[in-house]
Amino acid sequence: MSSLSNYLIVSAILFMIGASGVMFRKNVIVIFMCVELMLNAVNLTLIAFSQFMGDQSGQILVFFVMTVAAAEAAVGLAIVISVYRNKETVEIDKLNLLKG
Amino acid sequence: MSQLIPYIVAAPLVGFLINGFFGGKYKNKAIAGWVASMAVTASFVMAIAVFSEMLSMPAESRAIHYKLFDWLSVGKVNVGISYLIDQLSIIFILVITGVGALIHLYSTGYMKGDPGYTRFFTYLNLFIVMMLQLVMADNYLLTFLGWEGVGLCSYLLIGFWFEENKNNDAAKKAFIVNRIGDFGFLVAMGVMLVTFGSLNFSDVFGAASGMGSGNTSIVIITMMLFLGCTGKSAQIPLYVWLPDAMAGPTPVSALIHAATMVTSGIYLVARSNILFALSPATLTVISIVAICTALLAAIIALFQNDIKKVLAYSTVSQLGYMFLGLGVGAFGAGVFHVMTHAFFKACLFLGSGAVIHAMHHEQDMQKMGGLKKYLPITFATFLIATLAIAGIPPFAGFFSKDEILWKAFSQGSTLLWVLGAFGALMTAFYMFRAVYLTFYGKERFDAAHHPPHEVVPAMWIPLVALAALSVLGGFLGVPKILGGGETISQWLEPIVGKGEEIAAQSQIMQGEGMEIPLVIISVVVALVGILMATRYYKKRTTLASQEQKLGTLYSLSANKFYVDEIYDKTIVQPTYFLSNSILYKIVDVKIIDGIINGSAAGIGQISGMIRKIQTGIVQNYAVMIVVGILVLVSYVLIF
Repeated sequence: MSSLSNYLIVSAILFMIGASGVMFRKNVIVIFMCVELMLNAVNLTLIAFSQFMGDQSGQILVFFVMTVAAAEAAVGLAIVISVYRNKETVEIDKLNLLKG
Repeated sequence: MSQLIPYIVAAPLVGFLINGFFGGKYKNKAIAGWVASMAVTASFVMAIAVFSEMLSMPAESRAIHYKLFDWLSVGKVNVGISYLIDQLSIIFILVITGVGALIHLYSTGYMKGDPGYTRFFTYLNLFIVMMLQLVMADNYLLTFLGWEGVGLCSYLLIGFWFEENKNNDAAKKAFIVNRIGDFGFLVAMGVMLVTFGSLNFSDVFGAASGMGSGNTSIVIITMMLFLGCTGKSAQIPLYVWLPDAMAGPTPVSALIHAATMVTSGIYLVARSNILFALSPATLTVISIVAICTALLAAIIALFQNDIKKVLAYSTVSQLGYMFLGLGVGAFGAGVFHVMTHAFFKACLFLGSGAVIHAMHHEQDMQKMGGLKKYLPITFATFLIATLAIAGIPPFAGFFSKDEILWKAFSQGSTLLWVLGAFGALMTAFYMFRAVYLTFYGKERFDAAHHPPHEVVPAMWIPLVALAALSVLGGFLGVPKILGGGETISQWLEPIVGKGEEIAAQSQIMQGEGMEIPLVIISVVVALVGILMATRYYKKRTTLASQEQKLGTLYSLSANKFYVDEIYDKTIVQPTYFLSNSILYKIVDVKIIDGIINGSAAGIGQISGMIRKIQTGIVQNYAVMIVVGILVLVSYVLIF
């Protein structure tokens, strides 16, 4: 069995990939997937800690995160579709109505 | 019976509330008049009940304290809504509710058909409530509440016909001039709190009795209280509002600006007689101001042509006499004159109201004349009241005015008496001039077209009642020397006796045995005044065109000594200038607005720079979040 730090390194890499995607990709769908990636990186951390510390509550929390992620995906995709209908684009830098 | 005391105030208050809230819904407007009259009559009946109970008690225990509830308890100061009914306040209560009830009755006739009928009676009842607060309070603060309340009602009723701008101006003038006096009252209360630590009459008088005569705090308190009195009771220098107050309906002039409210200054001084007696300097000031006011107002009244203006200046002059009595330490005499004056002056004002009513709202005596045959009842009552004010025995004014003049001579000085008697001469002259111009001589109006008519019973019944009181009222105070019992001074003795005693210590008494000759002289003087008026206004009617030949005296009198013009130039215009050019255009616009607008503009500019970081692109925000977290985490990890 690998050590805890291996799991944490993998999840950190996954998290950084997700965060970079959120920060630098233009397509809203891709950004969305990157958010999911970040959530899963966190899930991996939770599972790893739970396993290594012998505490089941981390795994329970992961179920909650997955549930929320599913709900968020449904709402988020609905918003994306409705934005696309109005703006005919899903490029994130075109959506800057809140410019100060 | 003492449980009736709060209901004396409550009755007109209920009348005020009923008319105030439901007045607009009455199908028949006359209801308002009856509700208001009944309310005041009820409180008069209760006052009589309390009075008769007092009569049956021994003199020392006649003062009744009645506490309703605590009002203000701050630190050691405790002020209650609590009433003090004693020999002094019951006289005022009886006059206020009694004369008030008669004038309410009169108003039901006088105000008939006025669009503001219910509003009028609402204000009138509120006035009675406030006036009763003033005289029933057992502490200065509650008195002040009534003091301000009657000022408000006076303002509302002077400006009752607010469609005309000159009425509004008169109302504002009354209110502002009174505010100047009220400032004095406020300062006096402040000094009182510092000196005595209380505003209750019993505490203040008790503590003051232990202090020496001429104590600085007491001098300040009494001077400031007297400043308040010059405003409310129309003395020099603040009398200017009262003649203008005649812009209000005539019953208001009778009730507020002759019989009751303007006498509240006399009440205040008589109530605080111990304080005033301990300050001889203030008493001297009061005497001087009083005699000057009495003479100045009498001279102005000589050649006024508006019948109400004559009566207004006569009121100012008579108030001067009352203060003269107070100023020489004869507090009882001042209060006695308040009472008789309330009877005959209310009768005169209501009589003039009847004349004005009959003449279709004409107030200029130059356009009247010969009304005797059209208005017999009004004429008879007006004549009786005029004889009373002129000081002809045995009418009421004779006894009270002569008591004041006698005290002015014996406890003041011969000069005060001479000036006072000269004022009495002018009083007799101008009052009979008014009678002759109004009721005698040729008719100087179009009788065929607009025949004058005698007034309705609701209006002449009060006239007759007040005329009867003007005849009989004086017998309450027949001096000992004329075989009377001095009933009123004995009645008031427990209240004002101490003050009169203290005041007498600093006075030189003179004129032993001179009372009878002086009384005879002053009656002769009054008769001379009447004869002069008869010569010039009855035998041949002297009109304004001939009066003008008198030159300076006429122009000074007719132009009211130019006092209004002088005040306008020296006080009103500079105040306007200060307010407009300095306080408004510089302090308000430049400084205050500058600070407000400047801070708003500054914040606007800063936010204009900061808002650039809101790009509207979500990814920039995400970058900031990540960078922020990295900074925080590295900070935690490193330190």
